[in-house]
Amino acid sequence: MKPGSIAIVGAAETTELGRIPDLSALQLHADAALNTLADVGLTPADIDGVATAGESPTNVAWYLGITPTWVDGTTVGGCSFMLHVRHAAAAIAQGLCTTVLITHGESGKSRVGAGRRAFSAASLQGQFEVPYGPMGAATMFTLPMLRYMKDFGLSEEKLANVAVIQREWAAQNPRASFRDPISVEDVLDSRMIAYPFRLLMCCLVTDGGGALILSSTERARDFSTPPVYLLGTGESVETPMVSQMQDLTSSKAFRVSGRKAFEEAGIRPEDVDHLMIYDAFAHLPIYGLEDLGFVGRGEAGDFIWGRNTAPGGRLPVNTNGGGLSYMHSGMYGMYALQESVRQLRGIAPAQVPGVRVSVSHGVGGMFGAAGTIVMSNELP
Amino acid sequence: MPRPLPQPTPETAHFWEGTRVGELRLQRCAACEKVYFPPRPFCPACGHRRVRAFAASGRASLHSYVINHRAMPGAGFEAPYAIAVVELEEGPRMMTNIVECPQTPDALVLDMPLEVVFEPQSDEITLPVFRPTAAS
Ligand SMILES: [Zn+2]
Repeated sequence: MKPGSIAIVGAAETTELGRIPDLSALQLHADAALNTLADVGLTPADIDGVATAGESPTNVAWYLGITPTWVDGTTVGGCSFMLHVRHAAAAIAQGLCTTVLITHGESGKSRVGAGRRAFSAASLQGQFEVPYGPMGAATMFTLPMLRYMKDFGLSEEKLANVAVIQREWAAQNPRASFRDPISVEDVLDSRMIAYPFRLLMCCLVTDGGGALILSSTERARDFSTPPVYLLGTGESVETPMVSQMQDLTSSKAFRVSGRKAFEEAGIRPEDVDHLMIYDAFAHLPIYGLEDLGFVGRGEAGDFIWGRNTAPGGRLPVNTNGGGLSYMHSGMYGMYALQESVRQLRGIAPAQVPGVRVSVSHGVGGMFGAAGTIVMSNELP
Repeated sequence: MPRPLPQPTPETAHFWEGTRVGELRLQRCAACEKVYFPPRPFCPACGHRRVRAFAASGRASLHSYVINHRAMPGAGFEAPYAIAVVELEEGPRMMTNIVECPQTPDALVLDMPLEVVFEPQSDEITLPVFRPTAAS
């Protein structure tokens, strides 16, 4: 993809976020898709490419009445939508389709029409992890962090502070699930989930969805929405087993994906005005800031403590409140992308003045996969 | 209810046969000497198919862990319990539990030396878990 040649022309979330017991997972996809089509002024007949995760693209295309000439069902966890953006950009550039709809919908809390996720006893996880009692992401995604804390001397207070700063952003966002201010003490005093992680260091569980529409920049001129140009994209996977990460203090998938996206965009970390880092748990912004090169190894805890990522800081991060305070349906990557688009359109609830370059970085599985999208509201 | 048990595949059967007879089996590549885990019949470093299983020393160190405070009822675990990653003397790391040790941050000190213990779970499955070495 030539930087700036493809654009996000439509973006919207589901009408409601949080607790939506009256919609199934599939209908959450559709609700987000219809809101996004309305955002651009298109109908399903205008869409010729469909990408989604969680549901199959067959379900989503048929349900919405779309006849695609290109589909992508890449499902690598919560960052799947970053990968869909990347694949869609390549497909549009190649002429395989012109107008791509990417959807996400998840009944994470209400579990209406939601599938069950479990590892087979014969899978690698089923044989070499599950027998030792990990119970969901809170006990697997968190497993590397004590190693990081010992190697870099990061205190529990500095880990807790990640959640405190993100709550400051959420306080400015009427759609955020949690908006009341919290202190480091509040976080450390909250219920222990999986030491060293307390409840307020873990993402919430909600229902919701979001969708994006992409086209060529040339075609974007036909639409009334301000285009968000793709400057660079990256993706990678490392391992399905968190215990087998090459280095428990750094994600290889983050490093590879980030480097690809920044190289393609021809930018450096200091060129970034706004950053979204998928935060299923409080340590993820720490890994993201370091593995994407915004700070050196072991420096992210102090960087956040120094209010650099907070409101008024020089690198605003997770300005919707993040998975810790805004919403987290299970595959949060879509909401990170939505906030990048809002910031670049200048319509975010906690709008950062003068954002020109935004980066959305997602994680999938337990440090299993990554996707990175560099966007701008200006052509390069 | 017992904990969920692994179902061996043809590629991992030798590992689970090993734990039944008190051996922690790793594999080594004949071409590049890489020692690796989990099992597969080729080298993940170079793709070579000539690999050989061997019994590891069973010595390891505590690399990282969480202490789970909310076990699901009937899942075979009593909270709080640690889920750990240990680094084997031969290099590979594996997920496991730490036994014969209080499940507290004070007792579970990173990098402490450990040794393997084999815990039979069923006729077919014996799980390798680790305990602090006597000297430590
Ligand atoms: Zn080899």
